[in-house]
Amino acid sequence: MLTKRIIPCLDIRERKVTKGVRFKNNIVLGDPVEMAARYYHAGCDELVFYDITASAESRGIDIGMVREVAAVVHIPFAVGGGLSSLDDMARVLMAGAEKVSVNSLAVEQPGIIREGARAFGAQCIVLGMDPVRTRDPVRFPSGYEITTRGFRQRTGVDALTWAKRAVDLGVGEIVVNSVDADGTRAGFDLSLTRLIATAVPVPVVASGGAGNAQHLVRVFREARADAAIVAGILHSGQVSIAGIKNQLAEAGIPVRRVW
Amino acid sequence: MITIIDYRAGNLTSVRLAFEYLSVPCEISADPERILAADRIVFPGVGAAGAAMRQVEELELAPVLRRVVRRGTPFLGMCLGAQIVLDESEEDDGIRCLGLMHGRALRFRPASPDVKVPHMGWNRVTFERSHPVLEGIREAAEFYFVHSYYPVPVNAVDVVGRTDYEGTDFASVIGRDNLLATQFHPEKSGRLGLRLLENFSRWNGIC
Repeated sequence: MLTKRIIPCLDIRERKVTKGVRFKNNIVLGDPVEMAARYYHAGCDELVFYDITASAESRGIDIGMVREVAAVVHIPFAVGGGLSSLDDMARVLMAGAEKVSVNSLAVEQPGIIREGARAFGAQCIVLGMDPVRTRDPVRFPSGYEITTRGFRQRTGVDALTWAKRAVDLGVGEIVVNSVDADGTRAGFDLSLTRLIATAVPVPVVASGGAGNAQHLVRVFREARADAAIVAGILHSGQVSIAGIKNQLAEAGIPVRRVW
Repeated sequence: MITIIDYRAGNLTSVRLAFEYLSVPCEISADPERILAADRIVFPGVGAAGAAMRQVEELELAPVLRRVVRRGTPFLGMCLGAQIVLDESEEDDGIRCLGLMHGRALRFRPASPDVKVPHMGWNRVTFERSHPVLEGIREAAEFYFVHSYYPVPVNAVDVVGRTDYEGTDFASVIGRDNLLATQFHPEKSGRLGLRLLENFSRWNGIC
């Protein structure tokens, strides 16, 4: 049986792993390559790195860091944020990443999805989306609006409409990161995750709000997520990957337990 | 020296990095002379069978690959490589493949629309028989898969390992003599995948 994936997420600023709530108050947590290796050995199933920039001044992607990670981490990992072209995608993939994740870029230039899928295969192209709950069912029938630029920009685009369009354009996976749940540790947005996961034929990764292992049990069982992103509670040491997987297994959810 | 065949069908960086991590000498090449001189061949691949076979033909690799397999060079196919070693694939309205092993690649046709294709993630492999390249790898271990088509060998004896995806039980490891191929990605399957690659780097092609 296909197992549910646990994916630690590393937010990078100037070659350091940081963690902030709703993209604010970032604090430095450690070295990305060391942390990636640690989670790899601790049994994570995949990794994701966001906003790999060499420095605040030059917003170029830190390809050296991707190479260093790829040399020590022998499981799939995705890189997102800061990619601005097909050429950036090619460099990241050739450096050893398995997937590239596009978010604001895809909203602004949807064609990049099709080009990326054509050039590298749909399995390499992940759509990251940051939907926020709205109370405007006329403009947003799904109840969620897509935001970009780290939640700062409203787009007027309905979340479900965008997910379906992105699949038509060729994305191979969708990371659904709830703006409302992000950083709260109060649990995933189950209705949002279920809405997208049941509507698209590609795997859906739930993101935002993981506060304990039972939150993951619920997002897999009730919202049909294929994978879940965990960040804050892992970084703080509140839970371990093995601890999460034990609880998932006890709840009857298939997970990879030997690594 | 292990020669990783570069037929422009996907990204070979992770394969090379895995062998480098294991301190196993390897090179990436599509040069028939290098392939004929190799001690072992790794035949990777991601993407579509049609595009892959066009590259194989353009680079005139088919006769070279047939020759090295026939003479007994240890040969490891991975992912798409495990499909195009067969006679044909259903992909792209039917593609004639290398015919290094009898069989064809079929598309997942799940009974329920809830089942996602591609089959992406970590899934269990149960072994039908022992094999030197699988030594030290626990029965029912998980490996990383990303694919929409799967290999169906004609001869049941060529099935080395099996995997179930939502009711489709398919051959995830196939092998005959000096040829072994995994539908999963050993280079992205953590410690157990590395163990498989290390075993392959020592395999003499006899099983």
